[in-house]
Amino acid sequence: MITRADFDIITSWVAPGARVLDLGCGDGALLAHLARDKQTKGYGIENDNAAFLECINNNVNVIQSDLEAGLKEIADASFDVVVLSQTLQAIKHTETVLNEMLRVGREAIVTFPNFGYWQHRVQIGLFGKMPVSDDLPYQWYNTPNVHLFTIHDFEKFCTTRGYRINNRRVLAGDREARFLPNLTGTLALYKISLA
Amino acid sequence: MYATKQTAHFTEPLTLASGVTLRQYDLTFETYGTLNADKANAILICHALNASHHVAGHYEGREQSEGWWDNMVGPGKPVDTERFFVIGVNNLGSCFGSSGPTTIHANTGKPWGANFPLVTVEDWVDSHARLLDRLGIQTLAAVMGGSLGGMQAMCWAMRYPARVRHALVIAGAPNLSAQNIAFNEVARQAIMSDPAFHDGHFAAHNAVPKDGLTVARMIGHITYISDDQMATKFGRGLREGLNFSFAPEFQIESYLRHQGEKFSTYFDANTYLRVTKALDYFDPARAHNGDLGKALSPATAKFLVISFTTDWRFSPARSREIVKALLDTNKSVTYAEIDAPHGHDAFLLDNPQYHAVVRQYLRSISL
Repeated sequence: MITRADFDIITSWVAPGARVLDLGCGDGALLAHLARDKQTKGYGIENDNAAFLECINNNVNVIQSDLEAGLKEIADASFDVVVLSQTLQAIKHTETVLNEMLRVGREAIVTFPNFGYWQHRVQIGLFGKMPVSDDLPYQWYNTPNVHLFTIHDFEKFCTTRGYRINNRRVLAGDREARFLPNLTGTLALYKISLA
Repeated sequence: MYATKQTAHFTEPLTLASGVTLRQYDLTFETYGTLNADKANAILICHALNASHHVAGHYEGREQSEGWWDNMVGPGKPVDTERFFVIGVNNLGSCFGSSGPTTIHANTGKPWGANFPLVTVEDWVDSHARLLDRLGIQTLAAVMGGSLGGMQAMCWAMRYPARVRHALVIAGAPNLSAQNIAFNEVARQAIMSDPAFHDGHFAAHNAVPKDGLTVARMIGHITYISDDQMATKFGRGLREGLNFSFAPEFQIESYLRHQGEKFSTYFDANTYLRVTKALDYFDPARAHNGDLGKALSPATAKFLVISFTTDWRFSPARSREIVKALLDTNKSVTYAEIDAPHGHDAFLLDNPQYHAVVRQYLRSISL
């Protein structure tokens, strides 16, 4: 199991014993981590066959389903927190998925690679090529990412939708990006709820 | 792996859902693997419409006698008999050894025939529980089944929550749809309208309603295969040419007739009627105003629910109803939707992802 830099922050944002839903949960590493550290009761949603098997291997409850189709099986407000970790940029129906997250969960944790990171800006602005970095490791022709956006874009989106930002952290690699986060941050983490 | 058929005789009366009491009855079963010292590694396999206790392996001296789920159960297979003690049991009312229309009624010395009572999924599960008592098994590591077998697995988890650690519900449904019942009713009418049926007392008339059984099986078979699969396998293919006759000309016609006729030589008409009724009656939510979550609430087992994308008999949407009820009631559930072209029959076939899911899931069970 791989532990990612954002796991510790996400874990610190989840209350002990919480009911957690992890969308696009991959191999279930985060849920396994949360179950161990916070005694959470969780489910993952994952569509990829190989990742799905890894979840079973990691003793994580997992539902094989396509996020884009919504969360029809899940009742309103049935989770304390719904996590979407480094997946939002790869989702076609951004608004549907965020609406669904805040329908089924009291709070949502969203993390995403910051397209506004200065190296990305240099690559596109100065060299005129699509940015490739640790957090955006794909070439334009094979990237699963369909919506690239910045910290600035996401916050504006939250404001227009009336989502309340309860917590925000921005990382630059393993460190916290405190100074001009939209320029220096590689990965953004938000905890949001309906206002 | 050799299989050995065993029979357990029960003299403690069993009162069925219909109110009828079976004063004594037999259950035919087979076991594979070894029960561990704690008696904690048992997996019960429940069978669907036309299968039996003969789940895996073959009988000594009969190479062609593989069990109906031999690709799933055996040494090193997804249900690994090196690790688990696997039990296959024939349901009451069936025609492969357990008490049913073809077995002898103790009082009359004649086959039960049409006098054998109607049985339900709940009756089967109650009788299986007594078999476990007999084998000294208090708790099952898992109960699993496909289709009607999946319904029994679900029923086990609701009816005997303390005795089931894991329930594997494969290609199942929370109940039959009107369309499902409609297909069953047409199949039953095919049997009952056969002149050889004699209101179910055909044995006494030395008759077998073979034509009715054949048609019943043909109807059932259509619902087991996806449209795409039928198109791929048969399409509009002809055996020879168009002869302007009603002999089987299209390949699908001869395939269905062959399947139906084969079936009619080994399956009992009274059993077919009873098993389809058991399917129609299964509806655990009914006693809870249609609330499946309420019906499932006593269950403490962890669930693995599996459906197949092209199954239109018990579609993925039906499995998702089960998953929803389990999520609503905070149960432990994993749900796999297997991309398979074969339709309902996929649960019997060797699909790599499907088998990997079952293998991995059972591996994760601590013993």
